[in-house]
Amino acid sequence: MSEPVAIILFIIGGLFDLFGCIGLVRLPDIYNRLQAATKCVTLGTSFILFGVFFWAGFSAMGVKALICAVFILITSPTAAHALARGAHISGVKLWEKSVMDRYAEDKEGKSVGGEVEKA
Amino acid sequence: MIWLIWALVFSCFLCLYRVGAGPTPPDRTVAIDILGTLVVGVCAIWAVITGKDFYINIAIAWALLSFIGTITLAKYLEGRGLDE
Repeated sequence: MSEPVAIILFIIGGLFDLFGCIGLVRLPDIYNRLQAATKCVTLGTSFILFGVFFWAGFSAMGVKALICAVFILITSPTAAHALARGAHISGVKLWEKSVMDRYAEDKEGKSVGGEVEKA
Repeated sequence: MIWLIWALVFSCFLCLYRVGAGPTPPDRTVAIDILGTLVVGVCAIWAVITGKDFYINIAIAWALLSFIGTITLAKYLEGRGLDE
């Protein structure tokens, strides 16, 4: 459809992917790695697929790339959220310089409330 | 545009480093999930370079399988069964 827009989207997507993977290697903790890698790589791959859509237009290739981009934008944050919850439940410790753990506070509050209701 | 393929392949090697050196099992699972998403991008750019549109089908199938595998591993890490 318009090739310069597609080239610009490819470059932006490749840079997002590269910086997300550098964050996956460099950050100290599983939750920090999730927060860096998942968001950057999801957005970068979606930029690349939107670039394929701008390259091919409304042909079979472009529409399939658009469907794949929407699918990745829906499913990848879902998988990351399930994975963070699984890591927290399975007992992976936070980084020692982390300042806040709202999920653990939330679980303790719910258990206390349940005991009060039973009593 | 082949340099963009090389940038994504370098990112895949960074993910493989995290798969090998991750201290806990969720680290390795995150790296596998990110690797699947990167391969979708590689397939999309390769479809543009070669002009053949069946690589987009490979990308869609790979994204679906990567999502199902990550959800399965997350439920395994929670210690629940697959039907709860």
